[in-house]
Amino acid sequence: MLVRDVYNEKTIGREPTRNGYGAALVELGRKNKNIVVLTGDLAESTRAQMFQAKYPERFFDVGVAEQNMMGVAAGLALTGKIPFVSSYAVFSPGRNWDQLRVSVCYSRANVKIIGAHTGLSVGPDGATHQALEDIAITRCLPNLTVIAPCDVHETKKAIFAAAKIAGPVYIRLAREATPAFTTPNTDFQVGRADILRRGHHVSIIGCGPILYEALQAAHSLSQEGIEAEVINCHTIKPIDHKTIIASAKKTEAVVTVEEHQIIGGLGSAVAEVLSAHYPVPLKMIGVRDTFGESGTPNELMIKYGLDRNQIIDTVRRMMKSLLK
Amino acid sequence: MALLVKTKNQDKHHDLEALSVLANEIRRDIIKMLYEAGSGHSGGSLGMTDIFTALYFAVLNHDPKKPAWSGRDRVFLSNGHICPVWYATLAHAGYFPLSELKTLRKLGSRLQGHPHNLSLPGVENTGGPLGQGISQAIGAALALRLDQKKNYVFCLMSDGELNEGQTWEAFMFAAKYKLNNLTAVIDRNNIQIDGYTEDIMPLEPLADKFKAFGWHVLEINGHNMPEIISALETSKVIYEKPVVVIAHTIPGKGVSFMENRFEWHGKPPAKNERDQALKELMKERKDYVGS
Repeated sequence: MLVRDVYNEKTIGREPTRNGYGAALVELGRKNKNIVVLTGDLAESTRAQMFQAKYPERFFDVGVAEQNMMGVAAGLALTGKIPFVSSYAVFSPGRNWDQLRVSVCYSRANVKIIGAHTGLSVGPDGATHQALEDIAITRCLPNLTVIAPCDVHETKKAIFAAAKIAGPVYIRLAREATPAFTTPNTDFQVGRADILRRGHHVSIIGCGPILYEALQAAHSLSQEGIEAEVINCHTIKPIDHKTIIASAKKTEAVVTVEEHQIIGGLGSAVAEVLSAHYPVPLKMIGVRDTFGESGTPNELMIKYGLDRNQIIDTVRRMMKSLLK
Repeated sequence: MALLVKTKNQDKHHDLEALSVLANEIRRDIIKMLYEAGSGHSGGSLGMTDIFTALYFAVLNHDPKKPAWSGRDRVFLSNGHICPVWYATLAHAGYFPLSELKTLRKLGSRLQGHPHNLSLPGVENTGGPLGQGISQAIGAALALRLDQKKNYVFCLMSDGELNEGQTWEAFMFAAKYKLNNLTAVIDRNNIQIDGYTEDIMPLEPLADKFKAFGWHVLEINGHNMPEIISALETSKVIYEKPVVVIAHTIPGKGVSFMENRFEWHGKPPAKNERDQALKELMKERKDYVGS
């Protein structure tokens, strides 16, 4: 299910999730003439440009005007098109949340919102451009599906799946080249979390490229006798109650991992599920109510506590406190 | 004396007197609805009644029995708060029973306080938070053009709404793509919630602004039926640009104590005010048709 030698960092391929978006768009565009793509002056860096090159008549650059972009997409959708709205997540759905809420979600318009450049790994551009709140502001909206793919292959599948959903979908992408640790054949279903690695001491539930750090952490922990189950909760809404609760019942300890604020993100979504149905000790790894800053992605992940060593530390401390 | 106007899409003649009588009926329904609801927007609803009547009974290519007919012209309401006039007009056109009008803003009603595309037949778009309808209308015009359809898109907007930056983003976009299947109608009634538009956030010179943004501008008296119909029909044949019709209207039109008073932007009539308003409107009706 995962790529061969998944823990070998020398051989694993690396590609940004946004590349999967561009490639999937081109394929979708060929199959379905109702696919249209909009961008707010960010064709190249969101990879919408790949679609533009093939299907210029179905590509619309709205300029630096995200509010209008979301509204135009809603109108296109209400008239039979399937628009993909491509921008950085800090702008869309950051700047045009009202339009997302009213014109798209409440209207159940068939718009796909692609939020690129999420997380601290945006790096040197700094806090203004690092979307750390997008999951929180999207998962609270009725009718909206929210997906954070873990690598380039999963991104392609998520884009194809989104095109088939008759309703609004938000998909969270990242800038950096990150490990392609699933394969083109790995099964993917919206709303179904996938167990990447089985274990019985602790459940590590994450989403996005940071899951590779979680896998490496689990690999290390295994060598000291802690078997962590790693779950890819790519669909944050609707969240997979069944898989999360079943894993919590088995391990009785959960750690969530995300490149997002812990307030309102995946960790919060998992906490909502567990506190209502099966309360267990829970630790959340994410950005702790602070903005990011400029730096290399690696430096930032370490400084803000999101690297594998800090996942390992958190799990160790949790195991110790639970005397497992 | 009835003046006859022939519209392009419909092979029928329009009796302007009949349209005025219909507008008068719609105004009376608006007053009744707002009174029953106990909240809602009187000024803009009454001010735009003549334009809604002209659209649905003289200009649009539509079929109230088939609200989802793909060949229909589209109407998007950007200033959703004047939906009482939209609802009353749609009911008179036959989209849903007139008896449902009294459910406006009530629990379980299809007539939501602000229009919702999924709630009521004939309501194309969701609106309320200002500035959003024009972008949606542009998206519809773009989609229709991609499909090489001839349907026309009308977007009704308020003047106060033009304070929203999104509207100007939208105007730039429509001009860039030369959306000649789109007409925006601005309800230029000079009021917004807090007062007169030129005191709150001046808009003039409004026509010049639109011209500078690449739009073709028509200015009309928004209560003159022949002018309204003529402008809306003309807007369909302007080939090079999107068209904006700046419609000068009187907020609260037809009810003496509401006319031109911004205090009536967002409130409904009380019982005595309802009775007075209906009395005045009935008198106006007699002026059209005799007693």
